[in-house]
Amino acid sequence: MSTLRGVGIGQGVASGPVVLMSEALPTPTQETSTAGPDAERTRVREAVSAVAADLQQRADSAGGAAAEVLEAQAMIAEDPTLMDEIDSRLDDGSTAEWAVHDAFAGFRATLEAVGGYLGERAADLEDIAQRVLAHLKGVAAPGVPDPGHPFVLVARDLAPADTALLKLDQVLALITSDGGPTSHTAILAREKGIVAVVGAAGATSLADGQTVIVDAASGTVNDSPSDAELTAVSERIAARAAEESGPVTPGALADGTAISLLANLGKPADAADAVARGAEGVGLFRTEFLFLSASQAPTIEQQRGTYIELLQQFEGKKVVVRMLDAGADKPLAFLNDAHEENPALGLRGLRALRASEDILREQLTALAEADAATSADLWVMAPMVTTVEETVYFTAMAREYGLKTAGVMVEVPASALLADRVLAHADFASIGTNDLTQYTMAADRLLGSVASFQDPWHPAVLRLVREVGDAGARTGKPVGICGEAAADPLLAVVLIGLGATSLSMASAALSDVRRSIAQHSLEDARRIAAAALDADDAAGARAAAQAASQN
Amino acid sequence: MTATSRTVRVGSSHGLHARPAKLFAQKAKEAGIPVTIAKDSGKAVNAASILAVVALGIDFGDHVVLTADGENAEDVLDTLAEVLTTDHDEAA
Repeated sequence: MSTLRGVGIGQGVASGPVVLMSEALPTPTQETSTAGPDAERTRVREAVSAVAADLQQRADSAGGAAAEVLEAQAMIAEDPTLMDEIDSRLDDGSTAEWAVHDAFAGFRATLEAVGGYLGERAADLEDIAQRVLAHLKGVAAPGVPDPGHPFVLVARDLAPADTALLKLDQVLALITSDGGPTSHTAILAREKGIVAVVGAAGATSLADGQTVIVDAASGTVNDSPSDAELTAVSERIAARAAEESGPVTPGALADGTAISLLANLGKPADAADAVARGAEGVGLFRTEFLFLSASQAPTIEQQRGTYIELLQQFEGKKVVVRMLDAGADKPLAFLNDAHEENPALGLRGLRALRASEDILREQLTALAEADAATSADLWVMAPMVTTVEETVYFTAMAREYGLKTAGVMVEVPASALLADRVLAHADFASIGTNDLTQYTMAADRLLGSVASFQDPWHPAVLRLVREVGDAGARTGKPVGICGEAAADPLLAVVLIGLGATSLSMASAALSDVRRSIAQHSLEDARRIAAAALDADDAAGARAAAQAASQN
Repeated sequence: MTATSRTVRVGSSHGLHARPAKLFAQKAKEAGIPVTIAKDSGKAVNAASILAVVALGIDFGDHVVLTADGENAEDVLDTLAEVLTTDHDEAA
């Protein structure tokens, strides 16, 4: 047997048959047809009607809003104007492949020029073009597989559009050859509790249908498991299921030190699952969903209703709500419409809110009203705070509305380095490790080519976390972690050793983190953290912490 | 039989984006006779082409000119005008 190595997400294990994600097709080249326009026209007609029939069939089985979208796509595939464009290229002697590619690209450019909602639909055209081209070539259409049975998905990396289409209840495990622990695939896996090994370079050698064992705890993939190994995996899966269904205790270290384990939530409807998994409150409630689907900001009344719905599910418990965090990966037209060369370094987070202060004030008003109507312990925080002056601006405004606990997110090295000055004004700090890593390593979170820099285990990131932890201890203020890093069971121990007093994560990660931190005392955690801090790089820090945690 | 035209004001509150455009193009296709749509005095395009319709970038309140050529042109225009004046975003 051989073993592939990557970075495991979580502590789970799974086995099953491999299904490979098909790759995007190469762009056709402009060539003159040797078959002639009539033969090429027959090929195009045949491919287009097959694709339209397939899309229509998917529409019929999908139902609801998805059916509407798929029906529209089926119509686009056979669109008469598009067909005219393709025909005129065929008449000029072009191959079917080039005519399809070029005609679709022309319409795509037109839609992008119209912009707005239509511009976003331009990507649909690319998807339809790829389907027609795949049919012309007689290969499988690129995209998310749906084999009709549970499977282990193997891909280079997954894009958000892919994961939206993925039938998650059929996915036993994910393996990617590219992408690191902060890739979209890793985030999805953590969020949904799917067993995953990412960045396993050897994954490209796996073939459709072969049975593999994916072990996230050790970050390995066994590509030719024996019957005995498969039986052992089934036993481990059963044992984990039994542990998860056992009674849930509050988060604590081996010496009894309490560490609040909180949930990251994106909408109130996710609260019930978080409570069931033992969340002791909410460490990060993202408010973007209220705004993302809207072309204008929601009213105070609409917001208040949502906040009340959330707070009612956590009576007597802590709920940290983050003010609208727009910009970079989640732009909102009504907040910042300007094109920026470098949006991650632009008008985003609290900077964008300050530029549209009425939106910030309306959000605080709605939160204060929801707070008065419920009995949860509401904390509010501002995203991407860079300076002490911004800290004073936000905390003073929150108190103006009667909100008693106001803090800041530490996501920028500047505010981590000045954490003692920041905490002189803020009631608490919450470290967003994803952005803190992006800004510390100068590596765009969304850029695959620099994914290797995007690792929260990097000692440079850990040293900044220590700055904040130390400042929290000196000022007696809580320091929470609400990035992906808190969901990594071993890194969670390191973060506690660096001074974190609460950890907030995707609900699916709570039980693994609870078990992991219960194995170490505060003294252990500090020793393990010190080992990680002394490493040269992320891999070294991970290895050093692993070694120290086994002593 | 000569072509019949009619000017209609669009009633979908977000304009003729994907969903209403799809309903409209579908009806135009089912009509079985050539139908065109133009925004104000702009270029007329094939109404059965969802891509051409969407690319017109028609907003709420815009006036469009429908032209049909065939036996039942008046009936076809009645049906299509109703699709255009209905607010499809209301129900969604």
